[in-house]
Amino acid sequence: MLDQNRLTHLQTLEAESIEILREVAASFERPVMMYSIGKDSSVLLHLARKAFFPSKIPFPLLHVDTTFKFREMIAFRDRTAEEYGFDLITHTNQDGVRDGINPFDHGSSRYTDIMKTAALRQALTAGRYDAAIGGARRDEEKSRAKERVFSHRNASHAWDPKNQRPELWRTFNTRLNPGESMRVFPISNWTELDVWTYIYSEQIPIVPLYFARPRPVVERSGTLIMVDDERLPLNPGETPKEEVVRFRTLGCYPLTGAIRSDAADLPSIIMEMQASRTSEREGRLIDSDSVGSMEKKKQEGYF
Amino acid sequence: MSAIPATADNSLDLWLAQQTEKSLLRFLTCGSVDDGKSTLIGRLLYDSQLILDDQLASLKKESHNRTVGDEGIDFSLLVDGLVAEREQGITIDVAYRFFSTDKRKFIVADTPGHEQYTRNMATGASNAELALVLIDARKGVLTQTRRHSFILSLIGVKHVVLVVNKIDLVDYDQEAFDRIVAEYRAFAEPLGFKSLAAVPVSALRGDNILRPSENTPWYEGEALVPYLETIDVSEDRTTEKFRFPVQWVNRPNLDFRGFSGTVASGTIAVGDEVLIAASRKPAVVSRIVTMDGDLDHAIAGQAVTLVLDREVDISRGDVLSRPGETLDYSNQFQARVVWMNEEPAYPGRSYLLKIGTQTVPATITDLKFRTNVNTLEQTAATKIDLNEVATVTLNTDKPIAFDPYASNGRTGGFILVDRISNATLGAGTIEFGLRRAQNLTYQSFDVNREVRAQMKGQSPRIIWFTGLSGSGKSSVANLLEKRLTAEGRHAYILDGDNVRHGLNKDLGFTEAARIENIRRVAEVARLMADAGLIVLVSFISPFEKERRLAREIAGDTDFTEVYVDTPLEVCEARDPKGLYKRARAGEIKNFTGIDSPFEPPEDAELVLHGAEAGPEVLADQLHAFLKL
Repeated sequence: MLDQNRLTHLQTLEAESIEILREVAASFERPVMMYSIGKDSSVLLHLARKAFFPSKIPFPLLHVDTTFKFREMIAFRDRTAEEYGFDLITHTNQDGVRDGINPFDHGSSRYTDIMKTAALRQALTAGRYDAAIGGARRDEEKSRAKERVFSHRNASHAWDPKNQRPELWRTFNTRLNPGESMRVFPISNWTELDVWTYIYSEQIPIVPLYFARPRPVVERSGTLIMVDDERLPLNPGETPKEEVVRFRTLGCYPLTGAIRSDAADLPSIIMEMQASRTSEREGRLIDSDSVGSMEKKKQEGYF
Repeated sequence: MSAIPATADNSLDLWLAQQTEKSLLRFLTCGSVDDGKSTLIGRLLYDSQLILDDQLASLKKESHNRTVGDEGIDFSLLVDGLVAEREQGITIDVAYRFFSTDKRKFIVADTPGHEQYTRNMATGASNAELALVLIDARKGVLTQTRRHSFILSLIGVKHVVLVVNKIDLVDYDQEAFDRIVAEYRAFAEPLGFKSLAAVPVSALRGDNILRPSENTPWYEGEALVPYLETIDVSEDRTTEKFRFPVQWVNRPNLDFRGFSGTVASGTIAVGDEVLIAASRKPAVVSRIVTMDGDLDHAIAGQAVTLVLDREVDISRGDVLSRPGETLDYSNQFQARVVWMNEEPAYPGRSYLLKIGTQTVPATITDLKFRTNVNTLEQTAATKIDLNEVATVTLNTDKPIAFDPYASNGRTGGFILVDRISNATLGAGTIEFGLRRAQNLTYQSFDVNREVRAQMKGQSPRIIWFTGLSGSGKSSVANLLEKRLTAEGRHAYILDGDNVRHGLNKDLGFTEAARIENIRRVAEVARLMADAGLIVLVSFISPFEKERRLAREIAGDTDFTEVYVDTPLEVCEARDPKGLYKRARAGEIKNFTGIDSPFEPPEDAELVLHGAEAGPEVLADQLHAFLKL
C-alpha cells in the first residue's frame, strides 16, 4: 500500500473522506448518512465502513424512496443492508402517496419537490438529525462546486449560498444552534473518474443498471427512458424496444435517461467515460428545468 | 451480492497505473476583481478539453451579450455557479474545478476578488499548495493584490505565480510587464514565498497558456500550463515530527479500544513509543488497524486506528507524539489572526477556538498590532475589523497542544467561532507559545511565593530597565541594589551582558535569538521573584514587542518598566565600553541606536531622564517611586 512514503492520489482522497466521516461521528449527536443506492453512495458506504472499522457504522443510513426508483435499486439496497448489517431507514412521503403524486401527471418539478425534497425534509425533521452526510461531488454541477464540505442549513433546511461559513484547512466548524443542521459531503473533492477508478480498485459492488444490458426502453425527445414497470404510460403508437443501454446516474426511472452503450464491465465504463463528451448529469431531467435549478433545489433543502 | 463484472484488461490496468503515478496539484486563483480569474480557469478547462459538449452548447447560449474570445465563449460563466454571481457578473464564493493533463491532476479553487469576500479567498487558499495571483496588465498591482498575497503568506501558501493578464490590451508591451513584476517582487519580498514566477498572458485569447505566444517574443519563461505541470511543491510531511490528533475513540466492544485519526505529520510504526501531549503518559503502539488489514507502519496523511499496549486515558482532542519530540502545551500563545466577520474582534471577548480536534474557549488578551496590507506596516489597534490581519496574544481556558504554524501547518492553524451564533469568525496561525501550562510545569508546593515573601519581609517584584547602551541603566540598577541591600532587602541584578556570557551564550543576534534571549531572562526573573527576590533586569530591550513579551511572562508578578531616557548623543559621548566607536566603524552590526532602532516605550511606569541628572538622583527618584 505504501509507495516510497507517498500516498497516491486516490489514497489521499480516501483518507480525506475518512477524516471527514469521523469528524461527523465525533461532533454530532444524531448524524445520518443519505443512501441513494447510486455509485457515489456505494463509495460513501465503503468509506464509512473503513472509517469506523472494526466498529460498525455508528449512524443509520437513510433512503428516501420516491416509489419510482428502479426495482433493481431497491433489491440492491436490501441485499447490501443485509450483507453489511447497517441500520437502514427508508422514508416515503405518505402525503404524496395519498395524493397519488407521480412524475407523469404532476410534472418532474412538482413530483421532485414533493416526493424527494419535501420527503427528505420530513425524514430529517422526524429523525431530528443534526448532520446528514451526502455523496455530492464538486465536479458534478456549478452550484455544488461552490459548496463547503460542512454545509450549514438553517432550521428550515435551507442553504444560504451567499453567506457560507469560511472553511479553513480541515478544521471544520461543526457547531449548530438548536434546529439547525449540517449537510456533509465527504467526497466533495472526488471527480467522476476518481469514483469509478476507486470502485474498480476496491472492487465495490454497484447496482447492475450501470452496466450495459438489453433493456426495454422508449425514446422521448432524445432521452431513452427504461420501462421498468407498468406504471409508465405509453404514448399512442409507442412500444418499448429492447436496446443495449446503461445508466450513468440513477434516480427515479421515469426521470433518468439511459445511454446507448456496450460497456458491460467496469473497465469498459471507465474507458467509455474517458472518451465521453457529455457531462454526467445530462441524463438527469431535473437539472435542466432552468439555469440555476440545482441551486434553487438546494436552497429548498434538496441534496 | 451481485458480482462485479471486471474483466482482466491489461490496457486499463496500465492506464490506471499512469493515473496513479500522476501527482496532484491544488492551487487557487486570486487577485483583484475583474482581473480575469474565472476567465483564466475557463480557459484552462477549455484548453485541457474538459468542457463537455452539453456544457459548451449551453455556454454559447449564455455567452450572448458578453465579452467573448475567438471561440465565442465567455469562459467566466463556467465557474460562476451561483445565480447571484451570474446576475451580478462577479464571483462571491470559492468554486472548485478539476482538470488534468498528461502530467498532472489539478484541483483549482477560483476565489473571489472583492474585498468583502476575502474570507472566501482564505478558504480557497487554506488547502492550496500554489497560488496564481492575477493582475490586470492595465491596472498593475492593486490593494487587493497585496491583501491576497499577504493572506497567502499568512495561510501558508508557499508558491506563487504572478499572472499578468490582459497583456493583449497593453499591446503585449514588455515594459508594462516588467514594471508590474518589479513592483510586485518588491512588495512580496518580505512575505517569504519559496518560489515566485511571472507570466504574461491573455486568458481570453490564450496567449502563454498552453505554449509560448508569438505575441510576446520577449518573454523567455515557460507558458503557464507547462510551468504548473512541472513545478515541485512537494513538502515531505513524512520527515516531520510525528503528530496524531485523536479524532474518535473506536470502541466496538470490551475487547477493542483504538484511537482513530489521521497522521498529521511524520510516520509511526508498530512498537514505537508515543506520548500523550496533555498527560505526558507514554504508551507503545501495538497495532495499526485498517479495514484492509493491519499495517506495520503508517505515514503522514493516512487515516488509521492506533491500538496501544496499555490502558491510558485518551479522548478526542488528545495529540500523540514521540517522546522527546513533543508539541507545545500551553494556554497562552502569540498568533496572527485574519478576521472574517462584520462584527470586529476585541481583546477580552471570549470565543471558541478549534485547533485540530481540540475545541476550547479562548480570549484575545492582547492586540499587539494590526498589519497594513498595503505597506505591511504594523500599527496599533484596539480591534480587528473584517478582513484585517492582526498579531494577538490568545489565552485558552485550558491548555492546548500545538506547534508553531511555521514548523507544522497541520497542528498550528486554528479557527475562532462565535459562542452564540456559532459562525466562523476568524482564522489564525500560531507563532509561538508564551507560557508553559500551569498544570504541567508549575508544580504547586505548600511553600509558595507569599510564604517566601513573608520570610524575606518584602514584596517580590520585577523592575525592568530599558534604554540605550550607555544610558545609565546599570549604574542606576547598581545604586538601587546597594540601597535595597542596606535596607535589609534581598535584590538581584540580571544584566544583559552577563547573561549573554552564561545562560544565553548559545544565542546570536537574529530576531528569533533576540526573542529567545528576552524570553529566557524574563522566565528567570519570574522564577527569582517567585523565590521572593526583588529582581532588577538591566536590558537594552529596544523593541516594544519584546518588552511586552517580558511583561506577559511575568504574569501576576508585579512588573515595573523603567525607561532610562538618555539622548543618543549623550550615550555615544559617554561610550563606557567603547561600543559606539566600534559600531560606527562597522565592527558591530545591528547596534541599537546606530543601525538598529530603539522603540521608546509608551507605557513605561517610570521615565528617568539620564541627561538631566546623575545616577544617584535617578536612583533616588526610582526608589521613591517604588514605595518599597
